[in-house]
Amino acid sequence: MALTEKDVRYVADLAHLELTEEEMKKFLPQLDSILQYMEKLNELDTSQIEPMAQVTYPSSQHPSLRADAPRKTFAQEEALANAPEQGAGSFKVPRVIEREE
Amino acid sequence: MDFTALTISQIQELLKSRQATAVEIAEAHLAHIEQKDKEVRAYLSLCPERALEQAKRVDAKIAAGEALAPLAGAPLAVKDVILTRGLRTTCASRILENFVAPYDATAVERLEQAGAVVLGKTNCDEFAMGSSTENSGFYPTHNPHDLTRVPGGSSGGSAAAVAAHLATAALGSDTGGSIRQPAAFCDIVGMMGTYGRVSRYGLVAFASSLDHIGPFGRSVRDVALVLQTIAGHDPMDSTSAPVPVGDYASALTGNVRGVRVGVPNEYLKGLSSEIGDNIQKAIDLLSKLGCSIIPISLPHTDYAIACYYIICTAEASSNLARYDGVRYGFRSPQHTDLQDMYRKTRDRGFGAEVKRRIMLGTYALSSGYYDAYYLKAQKVRTLITRDFVEAFDEVDVIVTPTSPIPPFKLGERVDDPLQMYLADIYTVTASLAGIPGISVPCGKTPSKPHLPVGMQVFAKHFDETKLLQVAHAFEKAGGFKLASAGGENPVTA
Repeated sequence: MALTEKDVRYVADLAHLELTEEEMKKFLPQLDSILQYMEKLNELDTSQIEPMAQVTYPSSQHPSLRADAPRKTFAQEEALANAPEQGAGSFKVPRVIEREE
Repeated sequence: MDFTALTISQIQELLKSRQATAVEIAEAHLAHIEQKDKEVRAYLSLCPERALEQAKRVDAKIAAGEALAPLAGAPLAVKDVILTRGLRTTCASRILENFVAPYDATAVERLEQAGAVVLGKTNCDEFAMGSSTENSGFYPTHNPHDLTRVPGGSSGGSAAAVAAHLATAALGSDTGGSIRQPAAFCDIVGMMGTYGRVSRYGLVAFASSLDHIGPFGRSVRDVALVLQTIAGHDPMDSTSAPVPVGDYASALTGNVRGVRVGVPNEYLKGLSSEIGDNIQKAIDLLSKLGCSIIPISLPHTDYAIACYYIICTAEASSNLARYDGVRYGFRSPQHTDLQDMYRKTRDRGFGAEVKRRIMLGTYALSSGYYDAYYLKAQKVRTLITRDFVEAFDEVDVIVTPTSPIPPFKLGERVDDPLQMYLADIYTVTASLAGIPGISVPCGKTPSKPHLPVGMQVFAKHFDETKLLQVAHAFEKAGGFKLASAGGENPVTA
């Protein structure tokens, strides 16, 4: 397998990244060699193996969900405190809906 | 007296006997930081007001005759991926340069309740992605033992702070070795508990099935004291395990007679003598202490790096989707529309390694590649975990090197990400299996310039006690200062 510039552009697009020409030149061979290395896993026959998402513990003994009880959380002001732009108690973003004239 | 060289227990003694106040100890650290951190650059920000207020509270309690809290007056550094209410928490990323945390991480809250004094936030690789702290969006940290070398990473600032006496203990985060490897590079102790042992509430997510918070210290006892304070179930983190926490510090008796120590041949073959000689001496020392040394095999070790880097990048690409310039953090001022704002924000806000990992993870999860990469890696993770479960039928702990290489020069490895990843081989295995791991010093490399070497110990899920007992007995027998190159082990039976 050889990764192409088109593949990298496609993936960058999915990830909402805008790559400069310089970044593209640097990343393409790096990503290609890393992905080639990862193909090492194909040496293993895993047809009979269950996938593992994370370590889990028997839930019957140790319920992991907390009681669904109301509790105090952030005030609107605190939730907005780090917003790059805010207004009318909301996060402001560039316009996404075109207004019909 | 040098207040910056003390252990947590020594601080307790001084406070109890009124030979020092918590304020004096905190001030001594802040003064030392002001002078020494100019060259080490372990901290990204300091919080002297918060530290001195907390120290005053500790002193007031002592004056009122109250019982001393278990970490009273202990100066602490916190990795800047862990939230601290009212303080900047940047993850060493430009995208969070001005982010002020709205709450405290559970680990920080528990430490302050136990009397610890938070001094500031430490440098790391951006979003904890890296093994040298050179991926910080702000500046690299230097290894206190040799300022031309890296402190390891990603928790390099926390490790360097503890090694340079800029804090007594520290919190780091470990996803694939980010506590254990910098502990080895900086000649101190660093530990990752079992997956779920410590709440991650308030830890900025990198790879959620692998992320841990854990302690650094200059002694095993200090690490045990911090761990038992932060461990235990937290209703705010559904992945934190409701398994009772032991009194780890009280279990450190120094007796490890009869403990079965596994030595996996996959971790020693191909190891340079630079590291291998010390590890062999360390194993000999454990044998002299009465442990039985048992050769074991962990046959899927060789697949761990590929498995780990697929899973962690996949999870990272999903976790880091939240940095879009809308709710917090940096927003690019130039943009034409919403999509363009996302892209420009993320492109300018993230550094190269973060972008590489987001792209690798996006690729591994994308349509047509999911089965070949992500699902395959999850299956291999099962095999790696099974290796450990089977090994722990035969042995109580497993001893390995922490890193195949000693601390390297700043800038030496930055251009080859794959080489950097491959050096994580001894630490990522435990992360995938969710078992606890600790790194302790085991002498210096035999040849000049005599750099720190770390020994790693694993135990089975939730057997932190056994792991700490072995590490502590090793420390007590002089293992941290193990003589290299023909020197005799400083052992007494």
